[in-house]
Amino acid sequence: MTRQGIRGFVLIALLAAMLVPGDTLAQAKPKVAFVYTGPIGDAGWTFQHDIARRHLEQALGAETTYIESMPETADAVRVMEQLIQKGYKILFMTSFGYQKLSLEVAKKHPDVFIVGTGPGIGLAPNVKTMYGRIWEPRYLTGLIAGKMTKSNTVGFVAAHPTPGVLPGINAFALGVWAANPQAKVKVVWTRTWYDPPKEKAAAKALIDAGADVIAQHQDSPAPVQAAAEAGKYAIGNNSNMAPFGPKAFLTGPVYDWRPLDEANVKAILAGQFKSEDYYGGLSDGLLSLAPLHEAIPDSVKKMVEQARQDIISGKLQVFKGPIKDQEGTLRVPAGEVMSLKDITSTRWLVHGIDGPSPTAQ
Amino acid sequence: MADATLAIERPAPRPRIPEWVEAILVRLAGIVAALLVCAVLLLLQGYHPLLAYADMAVGAFGSRFAIEQTLLKAIPLMLTTLGVTLTFTAGLWNIGAEGQLTIGALAAAWLALNHPSLPALVLLPGMVLLGLLGGALWALVPAVPRAYVGMNEVISTLLLNYVALLVVDYLVFGSWADPTAFNFPYSPAFSDTARLPMLFGDVHLGLVFALAATVVVAAALGHTPWGYEIRTSGASPGAARYAGMPVTRNILVAMAASGALSGLAGMAEVSGMIFRVQQGLSPGYGYSAIIIAWLAKLNPWAAVPVAILFAGLLNGGFALQTSKVPAAITYMIQAAILFLVVAGESLLARVRRARAAAAQKAALGGAR
Repeated sequence: MTRQGIRGFVLIALLAAMLVPGDTLAQAKPKVAFVYTGPIGDAGWTFQHDIARRHLEQALGAETTYIESMPETADAVRVMEQLIQKGYKILFMTSFGYQKLSLEVAKKHPDVFIVGTGPGIGLAPNVKTMYGRIWEPRYLTGLIAGKMTKSNTVGFVAAHPTPGVLPGINAFALGVWAANPQAKVKVVWTRTWYDPPKEKAAAKALIDAGADVIAQHQDSPAPVQAAAEAGKYAIGNNSNMAPFGPKAFLTGPVYDWRPLDEANVKAILAGQFKSEDYYGGLSDGLLSLAPLHEAIPDSVKKMVEQARQDIISGKLQVFKGPIKDQEGTLRVPAGEVMSLKDITSTRWLVHGIDGPSPTAQ
Repeated sequence: MADATLAIERPAPRPRIPEWVEAILVRLAGIVAALLVCAVLLLLQGYHPLLAYADMAVGAFGSRFAIEQTLLKAIPLMLTTLGVTLTFTAGLWNIGAEGQLTIGALAAAWLALNHPSLPALVLLPGMVLLGLLGGALWALVPAVPRAYVGMNEVISTLLLNYVALLVVDYLVFGSWADPTAFNFPYSPAFSDTARLPMLFGDVHLGLVFALAATVVVAAALGHTPWGYEIRTSGASPGAARYAGMPVTRNILVAMAASGALSGLAGMAEVSGMIFRVQQGLSPGYGYSAIIIAWLAKLNPWAAVPVAILFAGLLNGGFALQTSKVPAAITYMIQAAILFLVVAGESLLARVRRARAAAAQKAALGGAR
């Protein structure tokens, strides 16, 4: 064969290879799509989900794609349909607001599996939800905040008064008071999941009001940055936010979706998908604390570690009565423990928290 | 001497193509230029522009599902565009279509949520009426100061958009919240009687509203005395007043009608697509309407195809995201189109002026 001939042959072979439909080559590679409610650059909620997505590529050789900043509206249904048309059979929907929409899509496509974010409001044979008991690590961060505050005022920058947020704030406050009954807890609502300038301004307002530890339930590290700039401490959210304020960042709850996502994909591939509302927390590693700041005294570190183990073993119940709400109504009678359902339907703040009532928002 | 007289009387030479064809060509050129600019940006980011655009086209029109979804998006776009067209024609810069849509949706939703057991034949027309009223009233709020003391409506209509969104928040976090939704901000779902019936496939009755509105607005603007007054007020308020037209009343009527159309869009969205009240009722339809109205040169008939194309652009953008191109590309293309079409228009105006000046010079120059 002449050189020309060989070159021509190789070119044609390459072209032919490109024309082979991807599916036949990708039989062993699962196609997994992630739909995010915010940008990956939020360094928070979505960022942690994306870490899990990339883990799936490495660990399982999965072919993945993602959609960022997808609003929880009918457009999400369109996008899901388009993903399914492109052959993505496993969808991870990373926000509560997609649940109703996912159920619609799941009905039309029984061969597609959808893993959503809880608390679960409805299941289907091909739908499950996952949810993290955020109040567990928040209690621990409350203990730390209570011990590290010198001004006895702790601030919390909160997004929306929803079930993912309110129990977290309540658990945080209860932790603060368990470690430091004199401390004040102030809450400011930003009404946004992700708006760095607004979150920073809210943190600054809390600092001006005397807070020297700023905690948050927001998707961006802006409050950590505000605390760092003012020389105060901060407790983060969702991810390890130390890079945004190394001297300020005490710790924070961190989500690790990798083991759960991997287990779910493996189960789907093995035909063992389990439709359920799964709740994870400290015990299964879904939630953990970011590495603790070196300024935290060893005694505090020991106390937190003990509390962590007690929560896992069940010895320590975060929401054990008596607990009153801001108006004074007894929400949890003495000696009783709040059920999971009650925790995830919380619409009130614990008595003693200084801030607007969630129902007034 | 006979030559000179003839030269002065000779009219300016006609352009070789009719002006309306020129207008379309300028827009097409603007769109093509915008696609080229965005293609360069895509290339710089490592994406293949032709594949990306092909993806968009398929996502917008490439299957029955896609076409239906594009039509569904086009419905609120058409209605809000018609509303905006009305006001722009009257010289009123109504940037508040988004808020008017929202309030119309809320008004219609109020009926659906509070009287779910009413029969559909009563509920749906009632919701339409409330949608129209809600939008009209929200538009009248800035219209009154504009009509009576000349307060600039650009700012007032724009700011009321944000107020409308806050009203939604107030309701979905408060008295309208679904008690079974774990405190997440949605209302309960609408009953079946409060949902618009389907026309074909997934496309709901709202399409009929949109097309009917197109006919009504086109007829009103082009073939009624009121339409004539509106167009005159827009072209020259001074001339309108001098001619004795009721300018103040027309401002109020135009704004109210515009708000009503956007309110109807809100009703159609909430009872044809969303079936509940939640944050994010509109992904910016009221703002896109401004671009579409401009591209359609404020012509109600042209609004229909342009709105459909725009809806295709938006849906195509989602399809593109599934190929990992960032979401921003859709908005970049929208912005580039508007920017370059406006630039093209202004260039065309210059060319026409130069052309007219040259023709005048030729006509005068002949008289020596």
